[in-house]
Amino acid sequence: MATWRPDPTFYPSPRMAMKAPAETLAYVASFDPTRLVPDAISVVDVDPGSSTYSQMVGTVPMPNAGDELHHFGWNACSSCLCPNAPHPHSERRYLIVPGLRSSRIHILDAKANPREPKIVRVLEPAEVAERSGYTRPHTIHCGPEGIYVAALANAAGDAPGGVFLMDHESFDIRGRWEIDRGPQRLAYDVWWHLGYDTMVTSEWGLPATFENGLDPEVLLGGRYGHKLHFWDLHARRHTQEIDFGAENQLVFELRPAHDPTKAFGFVNSVISLKDLSASIWTWYREGDAWAVRKVIEIPAEAADPEALPPMLKGFAAVPPLVTDIDLSMDDRFLYVSCWGTGDLRQYDVSDPFAPKLTGTVRIGGIVSRASHPKAGKDALNGGPQMVEVSRDGRRVYFTNSLYGAIDEQFYPEGIDGWMVKLDADPAGGIAFDRDFFVAWPKTHRPHQVRLEGGDCSSDSYCYP
Amino acid sequence: MTLQTAWPWLTFAGLGLFHGLNPAMGWLFAVALGLHRHSRRAVLLALPPMAAGHALSIWLVAASVMAVGAVVNAPAIHLAAGSILMVWAGYHWLYGHRHRVRVGMTAGIGGLAVWSFLMATAHGAGLMLVPALVPLCASLPTVGRASLLVSLAAVAVHTLTMLVATGLIAVVVYEWLGLAFLRRSWINFDLLWTGALVATGLVLIITA
Repeated sequence: MATWRPDPTFYPSPRMAMKAPAETLAYVASFDPTRLVPDAISVVDVDPGSSTYSQMVGTVPMPNAGDELHHFGWNACSSCLCPNAPHPHSERRYLIVPGLRSSRIHILDAKANPREPKIVRVLEPAEVAERSGYTRPHTIHCGPEGIYVAALANAAGDAPGGVFLMDHESFDIRGRWEIDRGPQRLAYDVWWHLGYDTMVTSEWGLPATFENGLDPEVLLGGRYGHKLHFWDLHARRHTQEIDFGAENQLVFELRPAHDPTKAFGFVNSVISLKDLSASIWTWYREGDAWAVRKVIEIPAEAADPEALPPMLKGFAAVPPLVTDIDLSMDDRFLYVSCWGTGDLRQYDVSDPFAPKLTGTVRIGGIVSRASHPKAGKDALNGGPQMVEVSRDGRRVYFTNSLYGAIDEQFYPEGIDGWMVKLDADPAGGIAFDRDFFVAWPKTHRPHQVRLEGGDCSSDSYCYP
Repeated sequence: MTLQTAWPWLTFAGLGLFHGLNPAMGWLFAVALGLHRHSRRAVLLALPPMAAGHALSIWLVAASVMAVGAVVNAPAIHLAAGSILMVWAGYHWLYGHRHRVRVGMTAGIGGLAVWSFLMATAHGAGLMLVPALVPLCASLPTVGRASLLVSLAAVAVHTLTMLVATGLIAVVVYEWLGLAFLRRSWINFDLLWTGALVATGLVLIITA
């Protein structure tokens, strides 16, 4: 229902969004890797003044088991204030929660009780496939034409994956987004530069190559995604493809600058076939086209094969496995999750072509099994994975599971879920909040985090 | 000119002011372009194409009403136009949020004109002028030069007031006010707009 004044969580510019009040709740996708117990959206109290700080205060179980909740997002956000397609009186109220494995999409209303959102609609897999032509819905972004969903496969579970649109008020699926997809076949993440009318998409692989875990043959053959795609956001046409080379496998998370006048962004490649390193690339505008440059390379660390899972024994090294990155609202700090080694790194990217490492913490890790002040002496498994940054840039949250079937390939005993928080110094530097450690229920593992009112990977802006 | 003859023209001007005030009709886009291109010139240059797109949309409605009004009697045109307005209001309320977006922040002069034309048309901006147009065409015997001139004059009065309002707000916001106030002060123009469409439709039907 429309309101009389704009939703107070909508901000015209990232500069104004940085002044938003601190979040008090975090929503976390939580899934059962055995697919016996229904997945859930867990609600974590992140208000340091609250008596239940650092505790799970709500759980919203899905109606079915085996969805594999992964990424999710809001129905509406700051892009509703855009001048060319204004919807300022929509509400940021509903969480759009897809099951990556089931292709079912759940709509949760968080307005009446933010600690216990209510499921108000479920779009069944057959309806999603029929209306959108796609399955395996992944990234959710609120944007100029409603809700954009990146999906990894077509209705038959095969190539091409792509993007479809949902109505941000009725949640009906409006259909495939692309008018001309050009050479694009694989899909993963989606985001855009509103100031340049440009959409960007990245690549993972097809369900057959990840739903039973990463396929070493496909990986070593360089056949997972290794390209970026650029699109005309309003004409819905593919305009350019940039190939990182087959050695740079799994081109994942897209983090365009929040300032709409800046034409650059960051993306991670999880692993290099050359030396198991991981890399971060900057894409940028060069003349009339987009270009990329590798700006960070994180090397693998030598390790005793005894301490390594079967998949890595032959390499005698731990790959950093950079599986997620996140950019602060002022486009100054880039946070980098090294799920393999256990590092969570902070880089100053004021110069997007010359990042400077300004902080590192280590927790979990395939070999290091580093602990946390509040977890006592327990060795922790899993590693920094989905990372989310508060709008003011002072708090960083992350969880430790990547994907059910892949977790066991790198952490063979399985993953005991946890969520932690870092305090970030505005001048650079990060440290654990010693009071914040959420041990996950044994039945479930945590994945993406969304913060109440918006965060650094939820909203896009039309004004600098 | 008595009040009797002046009121249609005052209405065109008043509605121009109303349309100009609505952030979705142009001033906000002009401000955004100025902020992107760091130039007040960009704010000002955005105004003429937007006014042109708006004017064309309004004129198409005005000319149609004048043309139909010359051959159909006044009560019939009141009923027809009133019904169209009511339906339009309903459509706008239910589906106004799901328009295809065709023009973005890299828009040029042509893009802005097209955007403004589509915005005005989809919002039924021209339909709001109908109650003031009908008495004017009733005073003209046939379609011809005279009715063309009257419709053009109506559009000119409306568009000029809208342009002045749009330009003033855009420059004031760009130069002094900034955009923070939008968070509190961007009242629901869609609601007002739908109300205006319904009210206009009712007036037309009642006076049929």
